[in-house]
Amino acid sequence: MRLAARQIDCGRKVGIVASSDDLDVQPETPLLKDLEEGPWPSFVKEIKSAAETNGMSADLLQQLELSYKEKQGHWKHGGIVGVRGYGGGVIGRYSDLPEKFPEVRHFHTLRVNQPAGWFYSSDAIRTICDIWERHGSGLTNMHGATGDIILLGTTTEELEPAFNELTAAGFDLGGSGSAMRTPSCCVGEGRCEWSCYDTMKLSYDLTQAYQDEMHRPAFPYKFKIKCSGCPNDCVASIARSDLAVIGTWKDEIQQDDEAVAEYAASGVDIQRDVCDHCPTRAMSWDGRHLTIRNEDCVRCMHCINVLHKALRPGKEQGAVILVGAKAPIVQGALLASVLVPFVRKEELLDTLKELLSRIWDFWGEYGNNRERVGEMIQRLGLANFLDGIGLDPVPQMVSEPRDNPYIYAHDIGGAK
Amino acid sequence: MSEVIPAKRITDIGPPHYEKYLHPVIKRNYGKWRQHENLAPGVLCHVAESGERIYTVRAGSPRLLGVKTLRDFADLADKFSEGYLRFTSRNNVEFLLAKEENIAPLKAELVSLGFPVGGTNNSISNIVHTQGWVHCHSAATDASGIVKAVMDALYDRFTHEDLPAKLRIALACCLNMCGAVHCSDIAILGVHRTPPKIQHDALRKVCEVPTLIASCPTGAIRSATVGGNASVEVVEEQCMFCGNCYTVCPAMPMNDPECDGISIWVGGKVSNARSEPKFSKLAIPFIPNNPPRWPEVVEAVVNIVEVYAKSARKYERVGEWIERIGWPKFFELTGIEFTRYHIDDFKNAGLTFARSTHIRY
Repeated sequence: MRLAARQIDCGRKVGIVASSDDLDVQPETPLLKDLEEGPWPSFVKEIKSAAETNGMSADLLQQLELSYKEKQGHWKHGGIVGVRGYGGGVIGRYSDLPEKFPEVRHFHTLRVNQPAGWFYSSDAIRTICDIWERHGSGLTNMHGATGDIILLGTTTEELEPAFNELTAAGFDLGGSGSAMRTPSCCVGEGRCEWSCYDTMKLSYDLTQAYQDEMHRPAFPYKFKIKCSGCPNDCVASIARSDLAVIGTWKDEIQQDDEAVAEYAASGVDIQRDVCDHCPTRAMSWDGRHLTIRNEDCVRCMHCINVLHKALRPGKEQGAVILVGAKAPIVQGALLASVLVPFVRKEELLDTLKELLSRIWDFWGEYGNNRERVGEMIQRLGLANFLDGIGLDPVPQMVSEPRDNPYIYAHDIGGAK
Repeated sequence: MSEVIPAKRITDIGPPHYEKYLHPVIKRNYGKWRQHENLAPGVLCHVAESGERIYTVRAGSPRLLGVKTLRDFADLADKFSEGYLRFTSRNNVEFLLAKEENIAPLKAELVSLGFPVGGTNNSISNIVHTQGWVHCHSAATDASGIVKAVMDALYDRFTHEDLPAKLRIALACCLNMCGAVHCSDIAILGVHRTPPKIQHDALRKVCEVPTLIASCPTGAIRSATVGGNASVEVVEEQCMFCGNCYTVCPAMPMNDPECDGISIWVGGKVSNARSEPKFSKLAIPFIPNNPPRWPEVVEAVVNIVEVYAKSARKYERVGEWIERIGWPKFFELTGIEFTRYHIDDFKNAGLTFARSTHIRY
């Protein structure tokens, strides 16, 4: 199967099109066909639909069928491809059977930075579709794991034209490689009453502030930032980001006693469903009045989640900043841990910029190649990391003090 | 380079500003939301301090979307939601409606196009997943196919909110975990089970030996001279098949059709609600790849979901339920065999040994 030349079709410039003769003789894909059945929407239908007009998607389907038959993948490693002046944003991908599937000989992916909160207008969606129909497979992921719009599969030659059209339309590439990765955030103040700071604005501002760090990899390894508006953490920042910003509050939960009574009257068992689940037993219910001992509250969100019309986060809002989460590779998975227990929402952006500059300086100096910040902290010790970035230790940073007496106490004062 | 460089090349502009994609109701009430109501599975209503309302209709998607479907979504947005839509962190599509009367016809059109409405509150939302054989070099299994098969079986759990709590499933096709499945109620994880096959000739040309040696978490890769050239050897007893060496060096392929497969993990969460966030723990060490529908994986996941649905108390996530009943009971109720592979032997393994006489029989 060969590519037809660039054509003009219905006023739309069509870049990568298989001639219809070729597509007519595509072999059946019996294994994948099975996945067109069933109630859940089918990715196979999506690939097939793209394959009707796109040679790449047609060969992708055939190669995938072979993978299903042989129970193994057929993609080779990346290799360095990209757009001019950028060191990231494109994931190189090549078929390991280029003679058999020539249309996916190159099948590179563009990571396109999503609008904060994944909000779109219908026109924005159509713009992306038009560009990707002209320059790639016509297949996307909405969205990739880090948050980007994933434009799945194109050739090396199409990268630069696709990029030029994307930037002309107001879009830019996201991060890849040992760089700052595309920040992402929950819907936040856009449509949630629990958000304790403006997640979309923070995510957008950080993204704009660090375009160079995103597009030109200069770190020891990847660095992810995720912004969640409350401790429910809808973007999984505590599990997935090197720097997690999770909204919280410092003062008392806002409580509407009448609304609590309405919940009780409507059949909610306040004792069983709310008080008994409180992790610090900070609530009591006497059948008429809910009492919250706010000094014992750890701001977990359970009571607010259940009684959402009666309870709200407090008014003194801001965020906890945590550091060091990652998936298993290399030294094992880590959850993020507290770095700054509370920053007022008005001071978040400036505080984060200052922190990031110190963290990146220290990590750039002491981090090993392919060592995430969290792993570096494990290796060097949190206390040394704090010294390195100039933060004082506070008890909120640990679940408990050390229980082993092997203390590197070289500089404890008062030694004689 | 003979290519003509355009006069003005646009770079480093970052993403478009989100504000231009916000529904006017959202723009007017940004940061001033008072409360929400759950109208039906997949349908939410957010009420602002001003009294204005925005309705959300959420539908599941396969994440891998062609331009045709995306244009269908755009058309639906024009027809029912003033041209505004968004996607969620779990790859659902959401339409944001100003008019309540548009909810029913939008739902009807979504369902007729094959996109189920649901995924809110105590349902099973969409499965976050990776690329698998569709686009990845290190995949030990496919991603989209298993997700499709599992969600076909759990379809009613997406469209209903009748579980004790929300239940989040994630799939990653290898230990790299692009899908970061390590904190999910149920995680489906592709695993390799054979050491890398070293291609000494290629290695010499495409890999950096020190980087390769450093990539191994267990120190199983050592430098070696092979045929007079610098290369490496693998101490196979020390290899736990993570595939990190292959990520840094293409001459260390891991793929093996017969030995690659799936493991199942349970009890993780990221939310801070009630209990602290926690990692998923091993439930089933290995299930062979069985495309196109991986029936054994589907059966295993459905079994865990059904046992949980029956045994957990209201608001208990899978991990919280297991902590209450204890792991012995979890293995008993699910009928999953406990094996030597369930006992951790990596760093800090001792922290997971039972270090008390608090035992359930």
